[in-house]
Amino acid sequence: MINTKDILETITMIQDEHLDVRTITMGISLLDCCDSDIDETCRRVYDKITRYASNLVKTGEQIEKEYGIPIINKRIAVTPIAMIVASCREKDPVRLAVTLEKAARACGVNFIGGYSALVQKGFSPGDIELIESIPEALAVTDHVCSSVNIGSTKSGINMDAVALMGRIIKHTAERTADRDCIGCAKLVVFCNAPEDNPFMAGAFHGAGEPDCVINVGVSGPGVVRAALAKAGDCDLTEVADIIKKTAFKITRMGQLVAVEASRRLGVPFGIVDLSLAPTPAVGDSVAHILEEMGLECCGAHGTTAALALLNDAVKKGGAMASSHVGGLSGAFIPVTEDAGMIHAAQVGCLRLEKLEAMTAVCSVGLDMINIPGDTPAEVISAIIADEAAIGMVNSKTTAVRLIPAIGKGVGEELSFGGLLGGGPVMPLNTWSPARFISRGGRIPAPIQSLKN
Amino acid sequence: MRAVITVIGKDTVGILAKISAACAGHQINIIEVTQSVMQDLFVMIMLVDISKSTVPFTEFADQMSGLGQEMGLSIRAMHEDIFNSMHRI
Repeated sequence: MINTKDILETITMIQDEHLDVRTITMGISLLDCCDSDIDETCRRVYDKITRYASNLVKTGEQIEKEYGIPIINKRIAVTPIAMIVASCREKDPVRLAVTLEKAARACGVNFIGGYSALVQKGFSPGDIELIESIPEALAVTDHVCSSVNIGSTKSGINMDAVALMGRIIKHTAERTADRDCIGCAKLVVFCNAPEDNPFMAGAFHGAGEPDCVINVGVSGPGVVRAALAKAGDCDLTEVADIIKKTAFKITRMGQLVAVEASRRLGVPFGIVDLSLAPTPAVGDSVAHILEEMGLECCGAHGTTAALALLNDAVKKGGAMASSHVGGLSGAFIPVTEDAGMIHAAQVGCLRLEKLEAMTAVCSVGLDMINIPGDTPAEVISAIIADEAAIGMVNSKTTAVRLIPAIGKGVGEELSFGGLLGGGPVMPLNTWSPARFISRGGRIPAPIQSLKN
Repeated sequence: MRAVITVIGKDTVGILAKISAACAGHQINIIEVTQSVMQDLFVMIMLVDISKSTVPFTEFADQMSGLGQEMGLSIRAMHEDIFNSMHRI
């Protein structure tokens, strides 16, 4: 029989330390739904999504109950809609957004991602229309998530798209100002976007993916923190070891759920995303892990080093536990979704400059950060450009998900509820990058792109 | 197929009897039982065979957690594989 201590450890992880599978995400290709008539395209998209994902939520709930593991979200990711709308004579992407919303509601999923465009090197038919429709699409839907890839290590950074996205983010916030600007919480700008990411808002189903696939994102910051708390004052070699072992266990659970979901749904298993994804719940915070390592508050000097150790150890432990690893894989630092980060931002210890440094060593980027509502669009674009440059040069994914708090200033709060949380508006450097952003063009790919 | 039932809480009369009766009622065979007291908490772990169970396992798991609520205990029935995958290579 399995050791009593091991059984109790698992139960404690679930009951007291918020161990969960964050999401089972079904990726669905919509490439075969294209038609020159947009009504026909919408009909095919709805039919295909509801046909493939009709059992997703039920199966997820069954697995949850049989294994006793909470599975927080069930989601769908689809082919970037810009690619689908390209085939339509009438390019009205919002109609597809509404179709995605209907399909998401019919399937009962928590989110549907893929209202996306990939424009790292330039715009193709459908891309501009899609990007310009994002504020409207996110205002008229609740479950649809949008992402735009504006740069990559291979292609450089499309600065015309960067300039455009600054304006789009601002406009999206304005369109949803009556709902705490929630539209922007569902919009992410990427450099080096992964094609198999199960996490929102950035999930989409890449063109190189199979017709349908199951990807799973694990979580468990509370478990890592508890393991470190138990270990007491050990050195950092030991800290890394403890994190690796814990990440291994968390990921094995994710792998089991992924394989089981894939078998029951008759859909190939894609990847497990080895992530520490926080929630606003107390005891489920990545910032608190860093503080457990010995920082007085997240954002203090030493935070980048602590996060680098954490991120690497999570990958090392997780990679051994799963047969296929992908997505974003690493520690997330979304400010409004993490109780410790919210606190650190409120007391002024965690600032945007420190967050930017942290993104160089962890899995995503400037994520879920509330900024003053009067921030000029070019400042938002410049933040995107800086973040994309970190991703481009370091051959890693970086992302920007900023929420301009319309009508609010530094210190005031936005509240989104649920997993998206809420938090204070953070101060920004307000010196103008306007001339730099207005130049447009493309920042050339760095020399390490020439590997062939 | 095997499952693990864990019972954690304050020791009272009849815990084992009630769970055993529920198992027997559904043709669920108890393979092994261990029990101990850890930090004043009663901890019982049962390994059961559910391959001949007359109810779907999700329903049985619900019944167990309901029984736990009635008795003021935490009772969970979970598929064995979750523990195997997390703690065995």
